[in-house]
Amino acid sequence: MEVVIKAEKLSKAFGDFIATNAISFEVYKGEIFGFLGANGAGKTTAIRMLCGLSKPSSGEATIAGFDIYRETESIKKNIGYMSQKFSLYEDLTVAENLRFYGGIYGLGRKELKEASEAVIKNLGLEQERKKLVSSLPLGWKQKLAFSVAIMHEPKLVFLDEPTGGVDPVTRRQFWDLIHQAAARGITVFVTTHYMDEAEYCDRISMMVDGEMKALDTPRNLKKQFGVDSMDAVFYEMARGAKRSD
Amino acid sequence: MKQFIIFIRKEFWHVFRDPKTMLLLFGMPIAQIVLFGFALTNEIKNVNIAIVDQSGDWAAQELIQKIQANRSFSQGLLLNSEAEVEEAFRQGKVKVAVMIPPNFGLDRRRTEGSQIQIIADASDPNTATTLTNYATAIIQDYQKSDLLPGQGPLQIETQTRMIYNPELKGATNFVPGVMALVLFLVGVLMTSVSIVREKETGTMEVLLVSPFNPILVIIAKAVPYFFLSLVNLTVILILSVLLMDMEIAGSLGLLYLSSALLILTALSLGLLISNSTASQQTAMLISLMAMLLPTVMLTGFMFPLENMPWPLQVISNIVPSKWYYIIVQAIMIKGQGLASVWREMLVLMGMTTVFLTLSIRKFKTRLA
Repeated sequence: MEVVIKAEKLSKAFGDFIATNAISFEVYKGEIFGFLGANGAGKTTAIRMLCGLSKPSSGEATIAGFDIYRETESIKKNIGYMSQKFSLYEDLTVAENLRFYGGIYGLGRKELKEASEAVIKNLGLEQERKKLVSSLPLGWKQKLAFSVAIMHEPKLVFLDEPTGGVDPVTRRQFWDLIHQAAARGITVFVTTHYMDEAEYCDRISMMVDGEMKALDTPRNLKKQFGVDSMDAVFYEMARGAKRSD
Repeated sequence: MKQFIIFIRKEFWHVFRDPKTMLLLFGMPIAQIVLFGFALTNEIKNVNIAIVDQSGDWAAQELIQKIQANRSFSQGLLLNSEAEVEEAFRQGKVKVAVMIPPNFGLDRRRTEGSQIQIIADASDPNTATTLTNYATAIIQDYQKSDLLPGQGPLQIETQTRMIYNPELKGATNFVPGVMALVLFLVGVLMTSVSIVREKETGTMEVLLVSPFNPILVIIAKAVPYFFLSLVNLTVILILSVLLMDMEIAGSLGLLYLSSALLILTALSLGLLISNSTASQQTAMLISLMAMLLPTVMLTGFMFPLENMPWPLQVISNIVPSKWYYIIVQAIMIKGQGLASVWREMLVLMGMTTVFLTLSIRKFKTRLA
């Protein structure tokens, strides 16, 4: 299987505080990789190192075959990113946001038009294309932000808590979008703290106090801990955690 | 390059969609010109004057007519005694009074002469000084016309010429001042908010993850404000020519060139503030609080720098508007060319380079 992310003993320390402690893992093409952990477990730090927003203190990693220290420019062309904060321009319309983000990723006029139309059609936003993003409900904004993040057909997309504050129905729809993307061959690296969402992932990893404590399919993890839900797995794992709020 | 243009277009959308930005950008210069042009004028016109004529002869009548005909003074309140004058001052009816003594017509021909008293309300010392000067000038003028041919003492005559602004129009003072103030402050404020806004909304992270060159983010942010500030300058110039009867003595091209330079200085300072702060409020506070007062006080158009204590004079050198004000006065009013303003332009260029270098250094391409 093609390896899209390969991390080896990746660490990040802020002074004395070790946010991420020597994590090693591999993520394969087309996989939905869940990156789980309580608040403060080091998820966001890890994701930021992987997309080049933050420099690791030590360790190695490659993204789509490119080194995260030396080849950040090549990495940037091959990834999509949706941040924890909602990241579209509220004072721009749906169509303008698509044009802008497609544009800065270097999509040509024709590609851009096709990609925008596809997003608008897929999300059923035909009526809203000329409306300002600020007028859309949160769930739609997030679906749109995700579609924007993968508009340039990256090899890999990072989603940092994409479903925070969204109702269950919309979350379900959001995950449908993620599965569609994965089926097209886009690898999805997603952090969440909703344990029901963990069930939708192909494989999940558990971060506890900056360390990766488990890495397997949801089914195997449940079997390993002898419980029947991911919630229970998480509870078992997080019991020993020192850092949490 | 195509990406760069797309980015700039987005920045224009931001500006045009935000009524507050538009108001600040275009409302401020218009409001300033109108305010300074019509309300905050330091020209003195139609001041109420009290005249007490204790002589009642024809010479006094002639002098009174001269005073009444002057456009600085109104018709004049003719009073009978010093007590009435005092009352008029107390009630605020007049700002200045002229007392013509008894036997004015006869005494003025005698060697001891005659003395006219001018009383001014000095609660506003500047106005009082100006008014007494005006009144004295009228009286001296009368005295000259009153001399019989071949008579009168040898005297030294002073001839005053007000060059560059013979009509003593207030506009020649405040238009360059408003330009220095508005172009600078609007530039700093607009850009200082723009990058911080992207940090606050989280879009900056997305931009940094994208292949778009981070340095171009900084430059693209400044481009729309550069052009809008030039539009702004044009509005100010048109208003001052049409409404204030200003004339632009020097080269318009040079005026635009030096203005473009000041705008660049302002924008790069704004970017520096933007890159050093984390929230829009902080950025706005810094650019308003830290910039507004020094710019107003130390540019030299409200308060003459020559009269300030030397530490303030030294500090004024780091206020970009000060240099621009000198340039604009030289070009616009004195009609001078590049030869007399290149030093000031170099100063502005130097400041721009420093601000821009610092802000590019401070701009974090990695968040931590």
